[in-house]
Amino acid sequence: MIKGISEAGVHEVNLVVNDEHRQLHLPPWVTLLDALRNHLGLTGTKKGCDHGQCGACTVICDDERILSCLTLATMKDGSNITTIEGIGSEDELHPLQSAFIEHDAFQCGYCTPGQICSGVAMLAAGRGDTREEIQDLMSGNLCRCGANTNIIDAIIAVKNQSK
Amino acid sequence: MNPFKYEKAASLSGAITAVQRPGGVYLGGGTNLIDLWKYGITHPDKMVDLNGLNELKSITELPDGGVRLGALVSNNTTAYHPLILERYPLLSRTILAGATAQIRNSATNGGNLLQRTRCYYFYDPDSPCNKRNPGSGCPAINGHNRLHAILGHSDSCIATFPSDMCVALAALEARVRVSGPDGERTIEFTDFHRLPGDKPELDNNLGQHELITAIDLPANGFADNYSYLKLRDRNSYAFALVSVATGLSIQDGLIREARIALGGVAHIPWRLTAAEAELRGKEPTEANFATAADIILAGASGFEHNSFKIELARRAIIRNGMMALDPASQRPGAQPSL
Repeated sequence: MIKGISEAGVHEVNLVVNDEHRQLHLPPWVTLLDALRNHLGLTGTKKGCDHGQCGACTVICDDERILSCLTLATMKDGSNITTIEGIGSEDELHPLQSAFIEHDAFQCGYCTPGQICSGVAMLAAGRGDTREEIQDLMSGNLCRCGANTNIIDAIIAVKNQSK
Repeated sequence: MNPFKYEKAASLSGAITAVQRPGGVYLGGGTNLIDLWKYGITHPDKMVDLNGLNELKSITELPDGGVRLGALVSNNTTAYHPLILERYPLLSRTILAGATAQIRNSATNGGNLLQRTRCYYFYDPDSPCNKRNPGSGCPAINGHNRLHAILGHSDSCIATFPSDMCVALAALEARVRVSGPDGERTIEFTDFHRLPGDKPELDNNLGQHELITAIDLPANGFADNYSYLKLRDRNSYAFALVSVATGLSIQDGLIREARIALGGVAHIPWRLTAAEAELRGKEPTEANFATAADIILAGASGFEHNSFKIELARRAIIRNGMMALDPASQRPGAQPSL
């Protein structure tokens, strides 16, 4: 890998992460997920499968939810990234975070940062008109504890609040 | 996972120049390429990132009444675009039936055509696979083959092409615009992908270092009578066992033109114009769709775990023909009622 780095070079990557400008110098194969967790210390975003199957690594990039594990950090040079650390705070939770607590929408919590980022972006985009459609649009976030029904309830509750 | 070099292309011609080296690959959304790299299925020496090429990022109307989809427009942007929702709802439906919202936000239109099969053996570097390692054999033929082909397979490969979007593009007779070291050309959609034959390592007829710049949709989007039926093991985020895209033009109660394309059944989106010709001038009835289905599936043959797909495909073609008569009953994201 050391030899690889010297051949491939290190690329400057400028990101705005949770409203803060961050500059990194990374070899090209570092995923956005590893850049956030290992290089910026933002461990709220979780590594589940690392293959785009579970959604635990979901972050919001330029208003759209994406999988940070299937994205190279350098591809997103110049982008705005929102992670779970940028959504709400302990003193002031995002309405979807409050709804997750109210609706018992998590047990182990490992998928929750991805679920919240995914749900926040879906709501912001104005998508999900029916329960069935929300289920479909949230199907990229797996919950092995089986809290899916309550997750959908929480999202619908927030959607109804904003009506 | 091998280390690789990376270059952000500043122009289309610059991208084509930059990629011309052994192991040079284009990088679009990366949702399949990066995964293949992680699994050690593909070993890029250099990724040429196309995402700075704004000329490939628009959806525009064409003088002939059609619409051009830029190769770098995301699948989701395409599916929710007003022009597509209004004039090509069949395309929108197929896109939204595939993958997940997160993947569709990153995955590009060009990349959708170039995604690799999800055959379990192709994805397992420890297995033989004629597609991944030509000449090593095909364990799927006598192994687990539920997801595999019933049409157009060969002794060397029974993999299926996994795209939903491409099933609509085949039905709509889209054209694929490509650029490469030898200039530009246009490929008819049905000529883009290829059957495995004895060269399953080749998924399509792109030349070396050619890249897709756009997909052109003809004027007729079959927006009045269309349907996409995707049958799979779970109702979301699964590849099709069988899928059917149907577009009908109906005049005075008779079918003036029919398009039927199948996904999940072959190495290519499967379309047989002889079956469509059979429907011309006929009433859109279950009996007539059954005749078309029998023509489409006449040469079908299955394997230990997927022979059920032949009858499933027959029923899906009939049912989707009838569903196309009432497209208002379909809703993006809604699951098919069984």
